[in-house]
Amino acid sequence: MEGWINPYYLDIIVFLFINIILGLGLNLITGYAGQVSLGHAAFYGIGAYSTAIFSVKIGLNPWLSILLAVIITFLLSAILGLPSLRVREDFLAITTLGLGLIAQSFFKNAKITGGAYGIDGIPMPSIFGHELTDVEYLLLVFIVLLVLIYVLHRLSRSKLGQAWTAIQEDEVVAQSMGINTLYYKVLAFAIGGAFAGVAGALFAHKVSFISSDTFGFTLSATLLSMVVIGGLGTIRGTLFGVSVLYLLPEVFRIFDIKIIDPNYIDTYKMILYGLLMVIMMRYRPKGVFGRKIRHQKRAVKD
Amino acid sequence: MDALLEMKGITKRFGGLTAVDQVDLIVKKGEILGLIGPNGAGKTTFFNILTGIYRPDQGNIQFNGTDITGFKPYQIANQGIFRTFQNIRLLKDYSVLDNIKLGLFRQTKAGAWSSIFGLRRSREEEKKVAEESWALLERLGLTDLANEAAGNLSYGNQRRVEIARALVSHPEMILLDEPAAGMNSEEVESLSALVRQIRQQGTTVILIEHNVGMVVELCDRLVVLDHGVKIADGDPNQVVANPAVIEAYIGGQEVTEVVGD
Repeated sequence: MEGWINPYYLDIIVFLFINIILGLGLNLITGYAGQVSLGHAAFYGIGAYSTAIFSVKIGLNPWLSILLAVIITFLLSAILGLPSLRVREDFLAITTLGLGLIAQSFFKNAKITGGAYGIDGIPMPSIFGHELTDVEYLLLVFIVLLVLIYVLHRLSRSKLGQAWTAIQEDEVVAQSMGINTLYYKVLAFAIGGAFAGVAGALFAHKVSFISSDTFGFTLSATLLSMVVIGGLGTIRGTLFGVSVLYLLPEVFRIFDIKIIDPNYIDTYKMILYGLLMVIMMRYRPKGVFGRKIRHQKRAVKD
Repeated sequence: MDALLEMKGITKRFGGLTAVDQVDLIVKKGEILGLIGPNGAGKTTFFNILTGIYRPDQGNIQFNGTDITGFKPYQIANQGIFRTFQNIRLLKDYSVLDNIKLGLFRQTKAGAWSSIFGLRRSREEEKKVAEESWALLERLGLTDLANEAAGNLSYGNQRRVEIARALVSHPEMILLDEPAAGMNSEEVESLSALVRQIRQQGTTVILIEHNVGMVVELCDRLVVLDHGVKIADGDPNQVVANPAVIEAYIGGQEVTEVVGD
């Protein structure tokens, strides 16, 4: 099978799935619990660096490294989510942006993260001594994605989802219904961050080399626009938003469309995302799959 | 006498302004208590202290034998004190049923894991929540509106839904902040009937209200606040006939002017 599938396409699909996992985690924090985050790449980086450190520097089994990375991301995300208890909305956006920048500069300068050189030689996980091939890794990422979609679906319909909805809509009401808003907000950051931790760990073992450039503000902002355009608080929205926006630039590359200079594709990408955001905010502020804003008819009649 | 709620020497200051000043209040189990007073008398501040939104500068609150002074709002709710708001606060984009279900939050226990794995306990709980919410909607005659977005309802119905949300978990005590505001006389009557029903289910009621006719007819006892001070406490008919209360409401000076003409 490996022979007739262009490995480049395989990689695109793997990275797409990893981005969807990132998007789901961010949607949990921002779409379901209403806590704006512009620092999601930090959680992604924590996941990637943790598994890299465990598997390369400590020499643990890659599977165990991934597991530990997810647990560490869960815990650190909870801690990084603590500011959300004090600040809201635009202030929270700026705070998380700051945390994201701090995290990136830590990755870039700390000794344990390999400084500016990053970490190289991250091993591919193996099963019974057989190292996963590209196709098998794709399958692994796909299964993880399906599991996480299911988890998010169940969570959104559970007591946690109910608490997050109430917090997003009106924190005073949430509290007066007996919801410990502090606890559930931190939990949203922790679980959403753990999703990013999974994505980061899968990314690290796929590319085998990571450096701090990957985990910057551009990624956080891109992810947020993908999730918002797709529709906050819906799984379909994240699947759609991340897929379309992630694949669009690749289409230009794959089909070698010459309208734009491929060397500047990343610049055009940001222009396109920005433009789409503006258009969406004007015509469909709740995203493509977002819940419709209720009709105001009756309210006027009253 | 079994006091459900006992507040002693409650004081709250905002800068130089004493919004609530040394107020004592005892509420008996099963009582309907009316809290009245002119605008700015400190009634809503008093509610906000009782529900933990504000922490009193002085004083002590005992509820059901527990000292709840300084409890956070969610802890107060978990003690069984629920409330409605002066400016209706429903989740407007969500259905009436979803809003009611929120009222049962404190009674569900299924956490993340049992939800993810779809364990029987969590499914049973979901079913129970849906059933209880539906039963209350039936009792209030709101079943037709169950799937309507709460924000689309008429004002009167929004009030009813908000009360239903506070009521559905059978709390020990419910606080209604101006429930009759903006209602016509028919709606006020059905509201009074609802409050009596609430008492019958064993829930103690405190309500803030400007509609004096309604509170006199409905309440077992009236408490009057004026400039943060309690100026009367007792039988509704006696309280509204109390000269101090009349003066607080109408204002001494204006009375003199009218007489002077």
